[in-house]
This record gives sequence, C-alpha cells and structure tokens, in this order.
Amino acid sequence: MTYVPTDEPPAQPAKLVRDFTPDLIDVGTHHLCPGCGEPVAMRAALEAVAELGVVQRTIAVFGIGCYTAFSNNLDVEVLQALHGRAPSLATGVKRAKPDAFVFTVQGDGDMVNEGLQEVIHAAARGENITCLMLNNGVFGETGGHMTATTVLGQRTKNSLEGRDASAHGYPILLANIIAGLDGAGYVARCAVNNAHNVTLAKQMITAAFESQIAGRGFSFVEILTMCPTGWFVDTNEGPDYLADNLASVHRGGVLKDVR
Amino acid sequence: MEGSEAIAESMITAGCRFFAGYPMTPFTEVLEHMARRLPEVGGVCMNAESELEAIGMAWGAAATGTPAATGSTGQGLSLMQESLAEITFARLPLVVLNMARAQGDYFQATRGGGHGDYRHVVLAPMDIAEATRLIGLAFDLTFRWRNPVLVFGDYYLAHTAQAIDVGTDASDDRDTSWALDGRSGGSGNAKLISPLGEHKKKSQAGYNLSDHYRATAEATARMVDGIEPLVETGFTDDADVVVVAFGTPAKYVRAAVRALRADGIAAGYVRPITLFPFPSAAVAAACEGARAVAVYENNQGQMIDDVRLAVLGRAPVHFIGGLSLDRSGFGIAPDLDVEVLRARIEEVASR
Repeated sequence: MTYVPTDEPPAQPAKLVRDFTPDLIDVGTHHLCPGCGEPVAMRAALEAVAELGVVQRTIAVFGIGCYTAFSNNLDVEVLQALHGRAPSLATGVKRAKPDAFVFTVQGDGDMVNEGLQEVIHAAARGENITCLMLNNGVFGETGGHMTATTVLGQRTKNSLEGRDASAHGYPILLANIIAGLDGAGYVARCAVNNAHNVTLAKQMITAAFESQIAGRGFSFVEILTMCPTGWFVDTNEGPDYLADNLASVHRGGVLKDVR
Repeated sequence: MEGSEAIAESMITAGCRFFAGYPMTPFTEVLEHMARRLPEVGGVCMNAESELEAIGMAWGAAATGTPAATGSTGQGLSLMQESLAEITFARLPLVVLNMARAQGDYFQATRGGGHGDYRHVVLAPMDIAEATRLIGLAFDLTFRWRNPVLVFGDYYLAHTAQAIDVGTDASDDRDTSWALDGRSGGSGNAKLISPLGEHKKKSQAGYNLSDHYRATAEATARMVDGIEPLVETGFTDDADVVVVAFGTPAKYVRAAVRALRADGIAAGYVRPITLFPFPSAAVAAACEGARAVAVYENNQGQMIDDVRLAVLGRAPVHFIGGLSLDRSGFGIAPDLDVEVLRARIEEVASR
C-alpha cells in the first residue's frame, strides 16, 4: 500500500478552476449540476472562437435553458434571446453586420420544441451563421421533462414509464433534417461523454465555425450532453447513459460538409 | 403618394436600414415598398417566415445599433407581443408599425399584450402627412429612450394618397455606444444585451432579475416624464361639449365640430396624437368648463378609459363611437361620415 507523503510539498501544485477555464469564460460559479455536459460544450466552443482569431467580431446569441448560465459569464459579446428565437435574432445580427461572426447556443427544448421553424428556415435561407444545439433529450432547467428529441423508452417526468411512440410519438433527429436542406454547408453531430468525443466535438465545432468564416452558408453542430439530474441517474453514470440511449438514436458523425 | 409608400419613404429618410415583416392586410404594402427600397439605400429587408421571426430579426438588427423597424396589423402584433416585451426589458430601440383594422388595438398598443411591467410610446397619426413626421419622431424617441415606439395607423392611412414631404434626414446624434459589433470581445468587459440584465456577473452566478426589472422600471419612469405628449385641440375655450378622438376618425370628428360651430353650437375637439404617454393634462385642460365630454372611437370603447382618468369626474364622459366595419373587417367605417358624427355630438350637447 502506498501513502501520500504529507511531510513534504506535493510534487505538483493543486489545479484550480482557472486552470481548466478558457480565457473567454469568466471564472465564477454557475448553477449547473455536477456531471452536466453543457460546460464542456461551452468550453469547446469558446476555445474554437479564440483559436480561430474571431474574438473581436463574435456575437453569440443565447437561447433559454440551463446553458443561459453562461450568457452573462463570457468575454465575448452576447445577445440573449427568447426561448426558441435565437436563429431569427442571429439572422438580424448577421444581416445588419455581415462582418460579425455569429453563433447561437440553444438546447433541444429551445431549438427543436419551441423554435423548430426558426432553425429550419435559417438553414433553408443559407443564413451564414452557426447554430449549436446542446441536446440532452430533456428540459433540464424545469427538472427533466420530455422534449422532441427524447428517445423511445427514456424516462422523463412526464413520461414516467419511458417515452412510448404510441402515446408520445417519435424523436426528431434534427441534424439529419438540417443536412437535407440545400442552404446548410456543414452539419455534424457529436457528444461530450468521453475525452475522445470531446476532441471530436471540438473539431466539428471548429469546422462549422470555419464554414461560416468561409461564407459557405448555414452551419450546424448538435452536441449530445449529459444531464444526469434530468435523466434520474447517478452523476457518474451520465456518460454511459448518453452512449447507450441518446447516442444510439442520435448517431454521431459529419452529416454534411460541402467543402 | 400612397400612405404605405410614404411611410416606407419616411422610415428610410429617418435612417431605417433594417426592416422585417410578414404580409398581412393592410400592412402588406409597407413591406413591399421596404423590400424594394431598402436595398437601394444599402439596407436590408427580410421577408420573414412569420411575425415571430420578423420581430426576432428586427431584434437582432436593433442590437447592432442599426435603425430597425417591423410591423403588421393587430393580429400579427399579437404574435409579436412576447418579443416586444423582452425587447423592452433588453432596452433596445425599435419602431413598430400597426396598420390596424379599425381601432380595436388601442388597448394592445397602449397597455401591451405582452408580459411584465413595460410601456411603449405610441404615436397615432391622423393622416399621411402627419405619419411621415411622426415616423421621424418615432426613430428619434426610440434611440433617445432605448424603448420601442409604436406607430398606430390604419387601413385609411395605408391605402389613401396625399401629397407629402417625406421628412427631414435622420438626426446624426443617436447614441449607439451600447450596441453590439463584436469589438469588446476579449476586453475583460464584453458587452451583453439581455432582457434578463445588462451587467456581467463576474464570480457571481446568474442574473439578478430584481435589480434589472427595477432598473428598467426606473428607465420607463424617466421616459414617461421626459416625453411631452402631443395633442391637437380646437374650439375648446368656450365649448359646452368636447369630443375626443384619435387617428383617422379624428379628422372626421374635427370636420363635424367645425360644421357645428358654423351653426353656432359650442362644440370643441381634442385629438391625442401621443396615445402613450396619454396627454392627460391637455385633455383635462381642454375639457375644463365643458358640460359634457364625448369620445368617438371605432371600437367598443377603449381610449374612453384614459379620457375618464384625465377628466376625473369633472364632466360626464359619453361614448359616441362603436365598431363600424365593412364586410372585410379591415376598418372601412360607414360611421366616418360628418353628418353621422355631427348628429351624435348634437345628441350629447342636447342632454
């Protein structure tokens, strides 16, 4: 048995929150639960913004969900939208300021339930913006209710026995729909449930952002995120639950890249 | 020039460079003219997929400091109300047109159909020439107070023609230092425009809605105090009966009052041009000494509430309006006839 020596300084200094936080996220507290995947996705997106050198022309448009915790916590300019309405606001921003780099952050409840026609039309118009959808298959902020992306069999607070197609219909696989629209230049789906997938997610977000910078029309990345609270599973079971349930239906990969 | 075209031209003269809308009678032709004219002056007009997206696009453009407008008729504005409320809490400038059907949208315009404790400035032109002036004023007010301004028109305004001057060029002292352009990113103090709060909360979680709603309420109070409501009055000094009306019907009421005066009957009129803030002091002063006050509106009686609050019981307030529509429901009003209105005013005067 080995013991941690306590009579000498540690070999490595302790890591602080600051050490894990990209420069564009102000260090601070947020209300997101342990095991939540959304901070990982936000980190990937903001690292990509910094690495692409577009910090000083970025305007991020936020929907309403748990991730709204970040809308007043970033060091890029932010326009806060209503639930479901971020793509039309982003359209107004981009059309008024074509040189701006514009992306939205929305959840599945925001984008697929409340505001589905907004994202469909923005994609069909070939609006030169990027929409990021954080898909955890539940309304996390209200405490775990069924959304349009909830997979069959998934337990939510208003589908206690699991989503049943005969009662609740089938999940909408949004990235697949967007990929079928001519105005979309880049469409991908990824997840943040393990290190490999986080790396892939960062690559896809970067590719979507590059697509906007190159003026190739609408770009879209759906990011599957863990929500152990809304899935009613233990925190450390979140990544496997995502793989076994959401990711087996909302399948990852680059669905479209017109380069 | 037809009213819709005059409204479009005066918006462009006032500096409007972004417009988004969805067709709906009698607003449609404003959208048509903006779609044709804005690209010619370097602006953008979006043919939105719905009124929900029209107001969203205008919201986004407004956040960049671009003079922006949208509009519809009352039905379309019903769809926009959620965003209109939030845009007000986000303290953004936006001009909104209501080419209304009749005058049933007075409450929607002055009380708002959205959620929360907000107010919009409401301007109600009587005719096309006045509309072109008020649209210039609307853009000036919306930038000065960072609060949406609504211009309340109707079918007559949109679809009649008048020789007009499309107004003076936009004032160039509009402050847009708050607007988003991306450049504050990475400064440690990047800008935020949000209906939930204006300040970034470093090392403090979430928004403080209590602080924000209090701050927006204080801004609203400053705006209400700072705006001198516009009003037109006539023959009120010695009037026995004073008639209050707004918009297109006020022009007919004015003609009826003039006809009564020609026959020696002591009638007068008041026309609120600013519907919010309501010109309560001016209405009260105009009704001072009158035996009776009459209110004409092409609805079931909405502005009459504001008139009663202004008059505060000093004279009886009678409703002489009522819904008057043609079969289309667009607001062609058979009652807008000087003889009809004259008879109703005489009836009040003879009580």
